[in-house]
Amino acid sequence: MTHPDPGVAPARKRRLSFLGAMPLTLLFIGLLIVPLVLTIVLSFRPYDYDLGVQAGWTLEQYIEIFTSNYTLTVFWRTLWISGLVTIICVLIGVPESYILSRMKAPWNSVFLLVILSPLLISLVVRAFGWSMLLNPMSPIGKLTQMMGLGSLLYTSSAVVIGLVHVMLPFMIIPVWTSLNKIDPQTIKAAYSLNASKWQTIKRVILPQATPGILSGSLIVFGLSTSAFAIPVLLGGGRSRMVSNSIYEQFMVDLNWPMGAALAILLLVMNLIIMMSYNQILERSYKRSLG
Amino acid sequence: MKNGPLSLLFNTLVTIFILAPLVVVCLVAFTPEDVLSIPTTSFSLRWFRAVFNESGFIAAFQTSLWVAFASASISAALALPAAFAIARGQFRFRHVVNGLFLSPLMIPSLVMGVALLRLFAMLGVRGSLLWLILGHVIIVTPYVIRLVLGSLVGFDKSIEHAAESLGAGKWTVFRRITFPLIVPGIFGGWILAFINSFDELTMSVFLTSPTTITLPVKMYMYATESINPMLSAVSALIIVLTAITMFVLDRVYGLDKILIGKQ
Repeated sequence: MTHPDPGVAPARKRRLSFLGAMPLTLLFIGLLIVPLVLTIVLSFRPYDYDLGVQAGWTLEQYIEIFTSNYTLTVFWRTLWISGLVTIICVLIGVPESYILSRMKAPWNSVFLLVILSPLLISLVVRAFGWSMLLNPMSPIGKLTQMMGLGSLLYTSSAVVIGLVHVMLPFMIIPVWTSLNKIDPQTIKAAYSLNASKWQTIKRVILPQATPGILSGSLIVFGLSTSAFAIPVLLGGGRSRMVSNSIYEQFMVDLNWPMGAALAILLLVMNLIIMMSYNQILERSYKRSLG
Repeated sequence: MKNGPLSLLFNTLVTIFILAPLVVVCLVAFTPEDVLSIPTTSFSLRWFRAVFNESGFIAAFQTSLWVAFASASISAALALPAAFAIARGQFRFRHVVNGLFLSPLMIPSLVMGVALLRLFAMLGVRGSLLWLILGHVIIVTPYVIRLVLGSLVGFDKSIEHAAESLGAGKWTVFRRITFPLIVPGIFGGWILAFINSFDELTMSVFLTSPTTITLPVKMYMYATESINPMLSAVSALIIVLTAITMFVLDRVYGLDKILIGKQ
């Protein structure tokens, strides 16, 4: 990015430029690193229902999480809901971005705006809208009941629908950006070489969109695993995700070490998935660059 | 390349999917009934009146505006010199520091909320507005850093050299050349930070007290306790307010620049 340029600024002055980053670094150490360390420590503290958090060290919380069917079910549900949401977002978001990228002005910006607009509207509002659309008295509710599916509200399906609605923009933005970088000449070249429409999509367009799809999936999956309001407002008591258990431990049961252990596991799970995904991402970048 | 009828149908379905819950919320807000229902014969503004009479929502709205304004501004003020240091500095931990500033994007905001709750409890500052704002600064800073860094990196330095060669001092170069060129980045970052702070629910749910409750938390609490058309009226007001803000922003600044980071 920057090369030392002794004529303009001596090296010592440039090293002093670290001072500019100092205030923010201190804030991040104080309000990000220290609290995270405190939470990790808290997760190893013994807890007594009458006396609260005790001094000393224990693995009790972690053992309980890994041996309790309930928490394992919650973790498993979090994973499969997030995975399903990611897949649906790819299936809807990729074709939609492709269609958007082929639209002419002013329609492309109109529809892009419509699709991104939910980003600006509170999650609670959107969840509330879905709870009205899906409740048994609404037309959709009656339709699903007629189809023998029962009412969707307060089931995992409602959580998936609500999360897809929330996450779709996060898929469309990176895919649309990478599709827009494609040189239209390459598509014309494919056609001039007698490639069919499907072949062009598969061999020319999709490979160039892959980095966008992968980074979109990463964002969608990461955000879904820590979804909090949607599972409560649309899933009711039967579709809890990890975040809801953490909230309950901290704010209702007041078993903070247990809540901390769950939060640390959620964080570790997220980081592992993101890092392994990043590796795939880098490999695919390398491949797409030849 | 044109879209075929199937593509247009797909686009229509996606658009309906995106807009349906928002439209329903707005319609229900006008119901004269006590229960959630889409008004068919008569419309009423009673639930809007109820919002303004129930002071909780208005107070929460004001708190949210203030928290968003303060955290976006503090974040911008701290991120500007930090971005300069990262883009132009030569110190060894540049990439580490940059990674640190972007890390809140990788950490679930719920985990941040839990961690800050623990810290605030130990410091005895639970429910303090100032500390809530500082927590929001952490969450919104990645957006500001990214946009300011983006404008600093994609920046033709020869203009600065030209100004220097014409005898401009360091401060003059910054004030007259560098700063005006990165203002769009700072402004875009500030707006993204404001929006994200204003909508922040998952972290704030752990950190607010009854006196510092923000609008998303208030709405969330209300939605989990009781369901009546008042929440639709609040939502409809937010949607209208957001639409107006978006329209103004689009005219003044270009919404695609903010949301997608298009230069």
